[in-house]
Amino acid sequence: MNRRDSLKALTIGTLSTEVLLKACKPKEQNTDVSGSGSGDQKGEADRPQNELDRNAKLNAEKFFTEHEMATITILADIIIPKDEKSGSASDAKVPDFIEFMVKDVPDHQIPMRGGLRWLDIQMLNLHGNPFKDCNSDQQIQMVTEIAYPAKAAPEMQQGVAFFNRMRSLTASGFFTSKIGLDDIGYVGNRPNQWNGVPDDVLKQYGLAYTERELKESISFSA
Amino acid sequence: MGDIQIKKSSKVYDAVIVGSGAGGGMSAYVLANAGAKVLLLEAGPFFDPVKHSQQLKFSYESPRRGAGSKLRAFGDFDAAYGGWELEGEPYTKKDNTQFDWFRSRMLGGRTNHWGRISLRFGPKDFQPTDGYSERWPLTYDEIKPYYDKVDMLIGVYGTKENLENDPDGIFLPPPKLRLNEMFIKQGAEKAGVKVIPGRGSVLTKALPNNKDRGACFFCGQCNRSCKVYADFSASSCLVIPAMKTGNLEVISNAMVREVLTDDKGLATGVSYVSKDDMQEYQVSGKTVILGASTCESTRIMFNSKSKTHPNGLANSSGVLGKYLQDSTGASLSGFLPKLMDRKRYNEDGVGSIHLLGPWVTDNKGLDFPRGYHIEFGGGMGMPGYGFGGDVPKLNGMVPGPDGKMKEAGGFGASLKNDYRRFYGTNVGMAGRGTGMARIDNYCEIDPNVVDRFGIPVLRFHYNWNNDEINQAKHMQETFQSIMHEMGAIVTSSERNAANNWGLEAPGRIIHEVGTARMGDDPKKSVLNKWCQAHDCKNLFVVDGSSHVQQSDKNATWTILAFSMRAAEYILDQRKKQNI
Repeated sequence: MNRRDSLKALTIGTLSTEVLLKACKPKEQNTDVSGSGSGDQKGEADRPQNELDRNAKLNAEKFFTEHEMATITILADIIIPKDEKSGSASDAKVPDFIEFMVKDVPDHQIPMRGGLRWLDIQMLNLHGNPFKDCNSDQQIQMVTEIAYPAKAAPEMQQGVAFFNRMRSLTASGFFTSKIGLDDIGYVGNRPNQWNGVPDDVLKQYGLAYTERELKESISFSA
Repeated sequence: MGDIQIKKSSKVYDAVIVGSGAGGGMSAYVLANAGAKVLLLEAGPFFDPVKHSQQLKFSYESPRRGAGSKLRAFGDFDAAYGGWELEGEPYTKKDNTQFDWFRSRMLGGRTNHWGRISLRFGPKDFQPTDGYSERWPLTYDEIKPYYDKVDMLIGVYGTKENLENDPDGIFLPPPKLRLNEMFIKQGAEKAGVKVIPGRGSVLTKALPNNKDRGACFFCGQCNRSCKVYADFSASSCLVIPAMKTGNLEVISNAMVREVLTDDKGLATGVSYVSKDDMQEYQVSGKTVILGASTCESTRIMFNSKSKTHPNGLANSSGVLGKYLQDSTGASLSGFLPKLMDRKRYNEDGVGSIHLLGPWVTDNKGLDFPRGYHIEFGGGMGMPGYGFGGDVPKLNGMVPGPDGKMKEAGGFGASLKNDYRRFYGTNVGMAGRGTGMARIDNYCEIDPNVVDRFGIPVLRFHYNWNNDEINQAKHMQETFQSIMHEMGAIVTSSERNAANNWGLEAPGRIIHEVGTARMGDDPKKSVLNKWCQAHDCKNLFVVDGSSHVQQSDKNATWTILAFSMRAAEYILDQRKKQNI
């Protein structure tokens, strides 16, 4: 099989995979777990049944309260706001991703729930309102106190630990979304021919392949 | 429970093979192509990359964005099911020691996971002269023709380097280095560390005389397994082609209990429980071949006790389970400030390594035997779970776009821009080195514990000693010097004596071998140099169990070569009516 044939075979493979994926997507997102035992798709789905069942089960559960989700949404958008290049964390559905991850990785649950509560208590004591109901200046002021680990006050350390986790989950969720992948400029994950670092980039960094490398490596004419 | 019965098949196969990874798959391929009637039992589901690969999915197509889970340790897109823990299939550890056992129960086994780094052992690996380990019962020259045949059958890229202990193969052209690797190469050369183009089983060009496999289209996702079969998986390259001969039957979800033997102690077949219907089955074969993975094959042999094999099958030597060895592993990460704000383009490349650091150092003056190779990486990969986690630390280490230093951490537009600035600047290096074979690193049957099928489970006893710990220290010194010479800033946490210089726990590198070692003396070894049991001439073990002493090279290419050689020996012995 030459490269063109292999790309053709791939297209066929991809198409059929997409069709199959669509066929099992309702199940993945289904909130009803009871139907997941039906054996019709067995051997056709590209994931084993136990994985599909697990995703369906997690999707059917709800961890965060509405109050907590509202707080997560505000925090996520403070961490990654909309700018001239792309949308915000909530535009990229980061809060939904965080809701899924804390169910998938239960170790996140107590630090996230407790951290959100810690934040609310700080704000209640300072301003008489939970975080989500404080004004933007008040929110930013608090976030500023917990967003810089090295200069945060000792009594803010629990908040720093929570914010580190929240910030990591937000970056994970945003830059793995379609909006985030476009923003970061990832242009791979598609059939192509790797022909080495582009000439202008080699020039920019003052690099060159050796004659031996050029002679022995796989090369493609443009 | 009243409806359980043992179903015996009257058919007698020429060979019954247990396990469908590199070892079992290769034996099945050779025997079926020679016309033998073969039955292959696989403990997990059938897996064909064309249907089941997650290749070319974007991160957002996984609800956990490619993160690992209990059901897939290396992430939602990785081809390998399973991990260090399997539900209902425990193993135990002895004397507070640690060994983590990775199992991937599926067609192709752990060939679904590995990095396709395909290295031959060298002459000194088989016949060491430093006195630190026993010699293999054969030389590199005896196994070389099989390495050659594996290269031609499966395909591997690389370059001729004429290194003393890293033999050249029959190579396809390697992929060119990516930008980060060009800087790593510069740094390594300045630091006096030998680096060469990678060696991987990926078809950078169509394989001559093979119409079933496509050429690589450079998505860099070999770990997901390839829908056009352009990389090596035991499923796509061995088992599925062998099925097309009409001589190979595969039963999946067949969890083997034991090898059955007759009064003379010869193998007659295998008993297994089907995970599909939970019924018990017995199948018969003239030859039984174990390729269930190093520790699983050993477990089956321990559990196959009989009057003639009271210590477990083919264990009159008492060596079974002993000399368990995993590779050492340690790593270091950093980033290259000069690559900040770099231009975007597709540099996925191949899913194996583009740059390799072979071990060419003389051990004189070092405080450990043998050595390690280095695998390098970095660049603009697809963002997945965990992306950007370091950025709020890194952004305090280098000046911002305005040329001024700022406090690490942050949020908002400036942090959002930092994620962009640091993308693709990372560099990583991982050492994979020789773990020494020692009699007190072993697995055995835990007398008190069974799995959900009622099969007694393994108990592990494993310690590193200074041979491995000093080697990890040397790795870190080497990594640091390369990072320094290339102008990188190290981001890993500190490696020091308290954390064994970052040495991973035994089992984490998933290169375990050695528990049914081969040798000329039946009192000191389980198998002869043909992977044939000394005590049971129609039993062969073709996975990593036979390895006397590992090298720094990944075991897969050697498992393939020995399994091919064992299968050809079986054909020869059948012709001579010896088995």
